[in-house]
Amino acid sequence: MRAFIRQLRPALMAVVVFTLLLGVAYPLVSTLIGQVAFGDKADGSLIVRDGVVVGSEFIGQTFTAPEYFHSRPSAAGAGYDGSASSGSNDGPLNEDFLAAVQERADAYRTENGLDDAVAVPVDAVTASGSGLDPHISIANAHLQAQRVADARGLSLDEVLAMVEDHTDGRSLGVLGEPGVNVVLLNIALDDLTK
Amino acid sequence: MSWQNVLQVLALVLLLGVTVPPLGRYMAAVFGSRSDGTAPGDRVFNPIERVLYRVFGVDSKREQRWNVYALSVLAFTLVSLLGLYVLLRTQGSLPFNPTDRGSLQPTGAFNAAVSFVTNTNWQWFSGEVAISHLTQMLGFAVQNFVSAAVGLATVIALIRGITRSGTRHLGNFWVDLTRGVVRILLPLSLVAAVMLMSQGVVQNFNGHTAATTIDASSGVAEQLIPGGPVASQEAIKELGTNGGGYYNANSSHPFESPNGFTNFMQVFMLLLIPLSLVVTFGVMVNDRRQSRLLIGVMAGILVLFTGTTMLAEQAGNPRVAAMHIDQSLSGVQSGGNMEGKEVRFGTSGCGLYAGSTTGTSTGAVSCMHDSFTPIGGLMPMLHMMLGEISPGGVGVGLSGVLILALLSVFIAGLMVGRTPEYLGKKIQASEMKLVTLYILAMPFALLTFAAASVVLESANTFQSGPHGLSEVLYNFASTANNNGSAFAYQGTGTQWYTITQGISMLMGRFLLMIPVLAIGGSLAAKPKVPATAGTMPTHNALFGALLAGVIVIVAGLTFFPALALGPILEHLSL
Repeated sequence: MRAFIRQLRPALMAVVVFTLLLGVAYPLVSTLIGQVAFGDKADGSLIVRDGVVVGSEFIGQTFTAPEYFHSRPSAAGAGYDGSASSGSNDGPLNEDFLAAVQERADAYRTENGLDDAVAVPVDAVTASGSGLDPHISIANAHLQAQRVADARGLSLDEVLAMVEDHTDGRSLGVLGEPGVNVVLLNIALDDLTK
Repeated sequence: MSWQNVLQVLALVLLLGVTVPPLGRYMAAVFGSRSDGTAPGDRVFNPIERVLYRVFGVDSKREQRWNVYALSVLAFTLVSLLGLYVLLRTQGSLPFNPTDRGSLQPTGAFNAAVSFVTNTNWQWFSGEVAISHLTQMLGFAVQNFVSAAVGLATVIALIRGITRSGTRHLGNFWVDLTRGVVRILLPLSLVAAVMLMSQGVVQNFNGHTAATTIDASSGVAEQLIPGGPVASQEAIKELGTNGGGYYNANSSHPFESPNGFTNFMQVFMLLLIPLSLVVTFGVMVNDRRQSRLLIGVMAGILVLFTGTTMLAEQAGNPRVAAMHIDQSLSGVQSGGNMEGKEVRFGTSGCGLYAGSTTGTSTGAVSCMHDSFTPIGGLMPMLHMMLGEISPGGVGVGLSGVLILALLSVFIAGLMVGRTPEYLGKKIQASEMKLVTLYILAMPFALLTFAAASVVLESANTFQSGPHGLSEVLYNFASTANNNGSAFAYQGTGTQWYTITQGISMLMGRFLLMIPVLAIGGSLAAKPKVPATAGTMPTHNALFGALLAGVIVIVAGLTFFPALALGPILEHLSL
């Protein structure tokens, strides 16, 4: 016991010193570097239009109007709640989950005027892990393109070209998967038809 | 898997192949492998360390016996635990809390404090909802560093026990702790934090930024965009195999991992130090063949489990396919089981992460494991149940595999009727008793609490059917192995779970760590016996197969009955 008590003094001092070094100095230095070298990114890659913050390029949003590309289903709060990231965590056999997938697939087909023969891309009917996924698959975007074109009075080709412009490829060509950034794409569409 | 996915895995192997050997040699020098005791960077680090030792009030030249070393670990942990507990209990009235988070309740704070002090980073709460910026920095970030450094120190003490003879001293804990932080974890983290920030991981002290959403007709007029010193936390979260996300969604959150590159880098970061430590071991015992063999066994298991998860998730959910949903891989989508996964990572990036986070004791996730297919979810669960030795957490993983190596030589010794030896040390009854304690502690901490949770009416917070049992098993496997990932549907913020999982984290940490130090102490005192023709070599394929067999059979016999009723039954009912 006495041997243990003898170790408490270095223990206490070590916790205090490491708290100052790792809990204060390290995040402060990191923040300083981040703010100087990558200011906008360190602040969350915010999108500002006419002086108003309208979102972040990395954080998805809910879109329901037909002239917008629609994001994936989201389990973050009431949907794309940036203050409550979350997946559904439903198991693969969860009845509620399977019913929700069916419902989303039906709604997706109705919305986009697709008949039952068209297979719905899986990302369109499943919630992401974060609930904030800013991307949809290219397949998903292609199936929504006609609806968006009709609602905006654009040609399908114009809309598809916009989709391609806002498709993020794999990092360095091989890392991760490509996806269409819905937030940036919808903003660009608004700019085009304003 | 697409060819890009295959290249992604090969790129990871290549990057590790280039970085692991030099880092391993560097760490060996940091922990005194050179005969003159010097290490690269002495000119910079020595003066800093001298100041730290003076403040701590320790004599850096004075070495400790195993029991004093263990007492130092426990004293440091106790003070850390109390400090973090008080911080969590009072954060609501402390400054630097722009999102106005309240203090935690006693059992919740106990669980969270234990979790970060034991390198588990299990989170029953959701980070952005429950924790203030101050607690993240002063509490969680600090423990991310030092809990990893404690793991590092203890395995170094064990290795010294193997290499030394006729002494009772294993080194000085305070010196090992300090050098691990100052020379290894901190410099690597700073580099990693900058790299992450360059990709879009946030690093600021803001609370929420209110954004006016683009589609006003969506019914959501405002979106709160979170802030926080995330990149600095993220860096050590991976490098220290901690795994506690700043945000609830962990590395699936776009602000923790914005693109395929950051997902890849994070997988690399969490494998880097555990693998390098095996090289460190080879240098310190002066036999590189030993580290090659151990890396081979670890990598074999890692590839098997990770690959199976990736394939199972890419194959998708047959129930979903039956609804005419397209889960196929093509040029326009990555397909697979996308519930709980991000488009930018796909099933491959996610499976790669899931295998690596459970093979190390990290527990960070870039997709939600609870929504995996039954086989996809079985793999990470079983990967933890192997004891996290492929390659395991910082320090504790190598300790684990060395203990299993001792068990393997013992079993081989029994078969041929010779006294077992490992690297010139006779393995006798006293070591084997400690090995047995080590082997039994984790399954005990896992299965007893999981069994009690299943029968307790009030502990039923899981989904119905076999998946519910999978959740209970996964979550106690995670706490008992100090992993921290979760089948997160299950509510674990209740009093029952915060207390039992807190206890299982403590057992999984210290009922393993103390026997490791005791074994180190016991081995250090023994003379080195020269290798003879009758000595079983521990660097060839035969021993590798034996070791892998022991790893799989020990875990298999222990956990198969429970797994049969959980994920395996679920798979059969797909």
